[in-house]
Amino acid sequence: MATLAINPSIKEIWSWLEGVPDPEIPVVSVVELGIVRDVVRDGDSIVITVTPTYSGCPATAVIAIDIEQAIRRHGVDDVRINTQLSPAWTTDWITDGAREKLKAYGIAPPVEDTPCAGALRVRTPINCPLCNSTNTECISQFGSTPCKAHYRCKDCLEPFDYFKSF
Amino acid sequence: MTADPIFEFALRMGDNCLVLGQSVSAWCGHAPILEEDIALANVALDLIGQTRMWLGLAGEVEGKGRSADDLAFLRDARAFRNCLLVEQPNGDFGQTLMRQFLFDAWHHPMLKTLAGATDVRIAEIAEKSVKEAAYHLDRSTDLIVRLGDGSDESHHRMQAALDGLWSYTGELYAADATDEAIVVAGLSDIEEQYKDYTSKTFDEATLTIPDATFMHKGGKAGLHTEALGPLLADMQILQRSHPGAQW
Repeated sequence: MATLAINPSIKEIWSWLEGVPDPEIPVVSVVELGIVRDVVRDGDSIVITVTPTYSGCPATAVIAIDIEQAIRRHGVDDVRINTQLSPAWTTDWITDGAREKLKAYGIAPPVEDTPCAGALRVRTPINCPLCNSTNTECISQFGSTPCKAHYRCKDCLEPFDYFKSF
Repeated sequence: MTADPIFEFALRMGDNCLVLGQSVSAWCGHAPILEEDIALANVALDLIGQTRMWLGLAGEVEGKGRSADDLAFLRDARAFRNCLLVEQPNGDFGQTLMRQFLFDAWHHPMLKTLAGATDVRIAEIAEKSVKEAAYHLDRSTDLIVRLGDGSDESHHRMQAALDGLWSYTGELYAADATDEAIVVAGLSDIEEQYKDYTSKTFDEATLTIPDATFMHKGGKAGLHTEALGPLLADMQILQRSHPGAQW
C-alpha cells in the first residue's frame, strides 16, 4: 500500500490545483473554471472529483492527466480522479477573477440569456473584450473550442471569442 | 423482449448520437464556409461525447464487459438501434442541415424530459447532454429559417430536403415497450412538442410539411435502410481489420 510521503491538508491540495491551467485557455486554472468539484482523502488516497465541461471536449482527458501529475509533483503518489456528471457543469461556476482574466486574454466572459436556459435564438449583446464596444455581432455559436462562440466587433473590426453561457 | 430495457434504451440514445456524429464529422474540411465547418465539427464532437456516455451505460447495464468502444466498433448493422432518420445520407448541405434540425427538435425536449428519469444514470447523462442539444437546436433552427426563407435556390433545396426526410420523423416519438419501460413523466408529450416546434419553425422558414402521413420505422428494432451498412463499414474498418488497435 502506498503511503503518503508528505501529509498535505485538503486546503494545500486545493492550492496545488489552482496552479493547474486549463489546457486550451492557460490564463485560467481548472479550479477557477469550476471543473474541480471536490477534494477528499480516502485512506491513503487523495480523491479529486472533476466534472467535464462539454461531453466531447478533448481537453477533459488532458485535464485529468494534468491534475494527477500536479499532485504527484508535490510528492503524493496515490491520487484518484473521479468523474461526476451531475450537477452538470455550468459557466456560473467560473469565478469573478477568472472572468477578468478571460477578458484580458481577449475572450469575452459569459453573460446570461443562454439557449440552455430556454432562450433559443436570442443573441445577447456581448462587449468586445478589446475596445468594450457593444456594437458586436455573433458570427457563429460554435467557435474554436466547444465552449466558445465566434463574434466580431463592428467598431474596432476585430474578431473575438466569446465564452458562451452554458 | 429479452434484453434489459435500459440496455436497449441506452443503445437507442447512444446509436442515434454515434451514427449522426459520424455522418456529420464527414463534413470536416468540406463545409460551404469556414464557420459552418467549425460548427459541424463541434456538433459532431458533442454527439460523439454523448455517445460515450450512453454506450458506456449500455455496456455497464449489460454486464458482459463490453465497453463503449466495443459497442460502437464491433456490432453489425442489425444490432444498431438508431432511428432511420440519422442514418440518411449527408446529401447536400441543405439535407445535412434538415436532418440535423429534425433530430435536434426531438433530441432537445427528449433529453429535457429524461433529465427527470427515475433511473439516476439516465437522468445524469440527459442533464449533461441537454445543454449541448440546446445549442444544436439553436443553430439548426436559425439556419432552417434563414435558408428556407432565403434565396430561391436555398428555399428549393431546403424544401426538397424536408420532402425527402419528413417521413423518417414519426419513429422518433413513436414509443414502444422499451421506451415505456423508462419511468419518466412527460414522455408522451414529446410528439406534440415536436409537431408544434417543427411546424412553427417551418412556417417562419416558408417551408411546407408534406401532406403524406406515412412514416417509416424499424431502426429502433434493428431494421435499417441501406445507408447504414456503408457508414458502419467506414467507421468500423480499423477495429475490424486490426482488433484492439489503439492510438
